[in-house]
Amino acid sequence: MKKFRKQRSNLIPILQSVQHQLGFLSSVAMTEIADYLGIPPVDVYEVVTFYNQFRLNPPGKHSIRVCLGTACHMKGGYITLDAWERRLNIKHGQTTSDREFDLDTVACVGCCTMAPVTVVDEKPEAKVEPTKVDGLLLAFHREKESKGTKNS
Amino acid sequence: MTSNDITFKFEQLEKNAEANWRNLVSSGKPVIMVGTATCGRAAGALDVLQAFKEEIKLHGIECPVVEVGCMGHCYAEPLAIVSKPGNPAICYSHVNPVIAQRLVKEYILGDDPCLEFVLGAMEPNDLIPSFQDFPRASFEQKILLKNCGFIDPTDIDHYLANGGYSTLTKSLQMPPEEIISQITKSGLRGRGGAGFSAGEKWEICRNTHGRPKYLICNGDEGDPGAFMDRSILESDPHSVLEGMLIAAYAIGARYGYLYIRAEYPLAVEHTRIALKQANHHHLLGRHILGSDFNFDVTLFQGSGAFVCGEETALIASLEGNAGMPRHRPPYPPVYGLYGKPTVVNNVKTLAFIPHILKNGADWFANIGTKTSKGTAVFALAGKVVSTGLIEVPMGTTLRQVIFDVGSGIPHNRQFKAVQIGGPSGGCLPESALDLPIDFSSLTEAGAMMGSGGMVVLDEDDCMVEIARYFLEFTQKESCGKCTFCRLGTRQMLQILDDITKGRGRMEDLDVLEQLAEDVQAGSLCGLGKTAPNPILTTLRYFRDEYIAHIKEKRCPALMCRDLIAYYILPDKCERSCDACVGTCTVEAISANKKRIKVIDQDKCIKCDTCRVACPPQYNAVIKLSPPSKLPVTKK
Repeated sequence: MKKFRKQRSNLIPILQSVQHQLGFLSSVAMTEIADYLGIPPVDVYEVVTFYNQFRLNPPGKHSIRVCLGTACHMKGGYITLDAWERRLNIKHGQTTSDREFDLDTVACVGCCTMAPVTVVDEKPEAKVEPTKVDGLLLAFHREKESKGTKNS
Repeated sequence: MTSNDITFKFEQLEKNAEANWRNLVSSGKPVIMVGTATCGRAAGALDVLQAFKEEIKLHGIECPVVEVGCMGHCYAEPLAIVSKPGNPAICYSHVNPVIAQRLVKEYILGDDPCLEFVLGAMEPNDLIPSFQDFPRASFEQKILLKNCGFIDPTDIDHYLANGGYSTLTKSLQMPPEEIISQITKSGLRGRGGAGFSAGEKWEICRNTHGRPKYLICNGDEGDPGAFMDRSILESDPHSVLEGMLIAAYAIGARYGYLYIRAEYPLAVEHTRIALKQANHHHLLGRHILGSDFNFDVTLFQGSGAFVCGEETALIASLEGNAGMPRHRPPYPPVYGLYGKPTVVNNVKTLAFIPHILKNGADWFANIGTKTSKGTAVFALAGKVVSTGLIEVPMGTTLRQVIFDVGSGIPHNRQFKAVQIGGPSGGCLPESALDLPIDFSSLTEAGAMMGSGGMVVLDEDDCMVEIARYFLEFTQKESCGKCTFCRLGTRQMLQILDDITKGRGRMEDLDVLEQLAEDVQAGSLCGLGKTAPNPILTTLRYFRDEYIAHIKEKRCPALMCRDLIAYYILPDKCERSCDACVGTCTVEAISANKKRIKVIDQDKCIKCDTCRVACPPQYNAVIKLSPPSKLPVTKK
């Protein structure tokens, strides 16, 4: 935070960099940012809740972002979202209880030609249908298992 | 510093860059280019890149592998261009790691160009049809997308060697007024959607007192279904930067901001690299190319708010506030960022500037229609064969764009509508297909140019559902400042929700129209003013679908999930096949005594998986609407 100058216009970049490091914005973090910039905490809270990108609860290890842009929606993005919700047993905006996955929607990632798209840990996955959801989850499961055996 | 010094400085840069470029393309070595823009990555381009590199290392050949941007042929991703000395450069489509290995072994080492994977050659030749021979080439005219997919966006030398920054050099030796009058004469209108004359905007800003002046490049491409700005920023960021520099010089701006959506991490990364390189080469900062012109650009990442695409909201966001629009006038060229004169231009508007000044205002004014000059870039997506980025002269008809450039609708389906301009635009039916695309004709038809997202819909897409979808989007993204937008969109969404769930009433249609009018009149910014457009156009052109939903509780496109039921035709279902049973994610399908599969309607979540899984030779799974059509079956 210290690398930013104490200017109101730096609020959003500061929030972005704090969220990048902590994964989310806790109330402690928000109060500290407000103190640093010399603005009321409510102003920070207003900005945080206004923008979709900021989150107030801790993320999971893997982030799942289901694109619901026009093309994705028309090609069944909502079906994909349903499949994720069912498989992970959470609603979008939530994190699984084992903190493995967090599920959210995104307005459009600009990969409309590959619809429906899901961004899994920064990597856009093309044409994600319910069966591919299962496949992706299986891949995570396998990876975890192989890591487990390596450690033991 | 005299103008000679500027030219001298630039020529030095150019000479270096050209040497590097020649070293790459005409050194007698083969070169592989892989398109790794976001769309390519989604299709697996990074694996392909890796495979090429490994294979080349394995065989110990000297062959540079270059990452390039997006060529626009997104339907054929991942793409790779292989140039081998003596042969024309060939573009391969749907490349995967195995094909990559084969290309190295059989084409680069051997002599077989693997014709079965070829999409087209890059230049005309006797052997392979080139892109210029494609039927779509006669409709396209690439100005902005000229470099996209052919140069490495992370290497400034590639841009310099292809004529980059030469227009900046020329411009720095011209009086700023001359540049503005050239741009005004060319008839360039803002490509963000509203279509305000770029030259006029600059002139107002230049003539307004107040220092410092700011230039903002608006890359907050929030329209779902549009990705032109992403592609340009990812594939050719320096062209935008050059446009910004010229614009800043013309209006007298000292500081610039590049506002890019956070959802575009790759565009942010490439732009960051571009800024660093430009700084390093004295194309940014103080005394640009040794002249008296100073200009600094800050990269600002958006935080995911659609309304920030509106210029006053964007400015509020840059100032560190919630992105809420304010009253206009005063417009930003008079009273903008921190109350100073500010020009906000779209990515494409700025990227046009170098081309206009290089080729002359008359050249640009000769392209397009009477009121809309130049070319339009569209992101073609949805139910169309050749999805991707296209660039056509203004005045091209929608039919040409969808059926000639986009190769029509896949799977022999019928065209139903085209959605233009995202949530602010509208759905145009078949009867509007012969409209020439320009700012005014689209507005008359009830849609709008918008930023250029074009989503094609076929007979399987429900028009009420798409109106509902856009309303859900605008309702969520409404900043809440204006009451009509905040509450009106909510009411409209509620009504549409009811209609798609079979609870609509005929009076609702009148209420919708009334609300649409009120929201349009009672909103400050473009978001609210245009939010009802999707409803108004669908009501205007597809009223019968609304009526079917309300009166018959039937969704004609079989899309609204509350109005359909899945059913397996007993006479088509094959006894020995279990495809649907295995894929059903909720175990709602079971086989009866005759081994015919039956869906348990109470368990079915209508996810469509079984219909996709059913082998095409049986096609036994169908959708019925309304669900009351379901035959009564004994359990």
